[in-house]
Amino acid sequence: MEEVSKHTFVLQQLRELFLAMGKATLFNLRFFRELFFPPTEWRETLKQCYLMGWKSLPLVSITGFIMGLVLTLQSRPTLVEFGAESWLPGMVGTSLIREIAPVVTALICAGKISSGIGAELGSMKVTEQIDAMEVSAVNPFKYLVVTRIVATTLMVPILVLFADLVGILGGFAGISIKGDISLISYATKVIESLDFIDIIPATIKSCFFGYFIGMIGCYQGFNASNGTESVGRAANSAVVIASLSIFIIDMLAVQITDLII
Amino acid sequence: MQTELSHKDPTPIISIQGLAKSFGPENQVLKGLNLKVAKGESVVLLGRSGSGKSVAIKCMVGLIAADSGSIKVFDKDMLVMSPQQLNETRLKIGFLFQSAALYDSMTVAENLGFPLRRHSPELSESEIDNSIKEALESVGLLDAIQKMPSDLSGGMRKRIAMARTLILKPEIMLYDEPTTGLDTITSREISDLMLKIQEDHQSSSIIITHDLACAKRTGNKVAILKDGVIGVEGTYEEVSKSNLPWVQDFFID
Ligand SMILES: Nc1ncnc2c1ncn2[C@@H]1O[C@H](COP(=O)(O)OP(=O)(O)OP(=O)(O)O)[C@@H](O)[C@H]1O
Ligand SMILES: [Mg+2]
Repeated sequence: MEEVSKHTFVLQQLRELFLAMGKATLFNLRFFRELFFPPTEWRETLKQCYLMGWKSLPLVSITGFIMGLVLTLQSRPTLVEFGAESWLPGMVGTSLIREIAPVVTALICAGKISSGIGAELGSMKVTEQIDAMEVSAVNPFKYLVVTRIVATTLMVPILVLFADLVGILGGFAGISIKGDISLISYATKVIESLDFIDIIPATIKSCFFGYFIGMIGCYQGFNASNGTESVGRAANSAVVIASLSIFIIDMLAVQITDLII
Repeated sequence: MQTELSHKDPTPIISIQGLAKSFGPENQVLKGLNLKVAKGESVVLLGRSGSGKSVAIKCMVGLIAADSGSIKVFDKDMLVMSPQQLNETRLKIGFLFQSAALYDSMTVAENLGFPLRRHSPELSESEIDNSIKEALESVGLLDAIQKMPSDLSGGMRKRIAMARTLILKPEIMLYDEPTTGLDTITSREISDLMLKIQEDHQSSSIIITHDLACAKRTGNKVAILKDGVIGVEGTYEEVSKSNLPWVQDFFID
C-alpha cells in the first residue's frame, strides 16, 4: 500500500515535470514565431530596453567596481609570492571578462529584472489586464512578452560589457592602493593580455543569460494563476529558476568554448 | 418555463447554441447554454455566484475556449474563426471586466489611447486626443485624464474602463457586474450611462449583474443561468412574477 502510493506520487511528479517542460518549450517556440511575424512593437521594445538597461546601470556599476577591486586585492599576495606581480592587470582583466562580470551581472539582472517582469506580468494577469488587452484585439504576447525578452537579450550583454569596463577600473583602483602604475600602462597591460577570443564567447554567453532572464520572468508572470499570492510566487520562482539557469548555461558555455577553441 | 420575447428584429446579433464548458471532469460549468440577443436589445444575465456567468461571456470573446456549441456573432461562429477574424470581431465587442482591468502602468489618457493608437493608425495625435476627451466626457470624468488608475476610486475605475471600451464604438457591449461594490447613487449613474450608450450607439448588450435595480433599469430581457443552462427567460415583469421558487429567490428584497 505504502509502496504503491509512493510509486504513484513519483509518477505524478514526473508527469508534472514533463508537462511543465512541454509548456515551457511551447512558450519558447511561440516567442520565435511571434518575433518574426509583423507587426513589431518597436516603441515598447525600446522603452523596455531603456527601462531595463538604464535602471540597472547604477547597481551593475557598483558591483562591477567592487568585483574588480576585491579581485585585485585578493590576488595580489599570491602573485607577489611568485614574483609575478606584473601579471596582476592581465589576470584581473581576463577573469573579469571571461567569467566574473558576465555571471555576477546576470545574477544581479535575475534578481532585479527577472523578478520585476514576473511580478509585473503576474499582476497584470491576475487583475485581468492581459485579458483586457486580448479582447481589445492587441496581442498581449507580442506586446508584453516578445518586447521584454528582446530587451533583456540585448541589454544584458551591454550591461556585462559595461561591468567589464567598470570592473577593470576597480582593478586599477585596487592596484593603485599598494603600488603605483599609471592608468595608461595598466590599460595597456590589460589589453595586451586579452584576446579577441575572450570577449566573443563571453558576449554570446551573456546574450543567452539575457534571453533566459527575460524568458523565465515572462513565463512565470504570464502563467500566474488567479489570486494575488501567485504574483509573489511568480516573482520568486523567476529569480530562483533564472539564477539556476545562469549557472547551468555558464557550465555548458565553458564546455562548448573549450571544444571550439 | 421558457418564455420567449417576441423579437423586434428576427435575426439575432448574438446567437449562442448549446454552449458547454467544463474545468476538469468534476466542474462542469456550462451544459448547453442557449441565448439570443437581437439588435438594440439588452439582456440581463442573472445567476448565483459561481454559476458561470463570467465564463459564458468570456467564451463569447474567445478568452476561454468553449468545449462545444456555437456562438454566432453577426452570423459568424466565433468558435471556428481564424485569429484575424476573431480580432476583427473583437473590435466590435466592448467588454467591461468585473475588475475594470485598467492598465496600471499607464495614465487614464494612455489607457484610452491604447486601443485607438493600435487600431486606427491613420488618426493624428490631435484626433486621438479629441476622442479621448470625448469618451471621458461621456462618462463624466474629464478631469481624471492625467491620473493613474491607482489614484481612482472603484466607481471611477469602472467608468474609465467603460470609456476605454466605448472609444472603439462597439456594436455589442458585454458588462460583467458593472455596479457591484458601488453605492446606490453611483450604481444608478452607471446604469444611466449604460442606457445612454445603448441609445447613442444603438448597441446590443449582455449585462451580468446581481443588482436588481440596475437589471430593471437597463435590461429589456432577463435570463437566469441555473445548472449550466438558461433556466428562465423573459421580460423583467414576466420573470419576476414567476411562481418557481428558485426564481422567486432572486427577487426577494
Ligand atoms: N480559469 C478558470 N479555471 C478553472 N475554473 C474556472 C476558471 N474560471 C472560472 N472557473 C470556475 O467556473 C465557475 C464559474 O465561475 P464564474 O466566474 O463564471 O462565476 P460567476 O457566475 O461569474 O460568479 P460571480 O457572480 O461570483 O462573478 C466557478 O466554479 C469557477 O471555479
Ligand atoms: Mg463573475
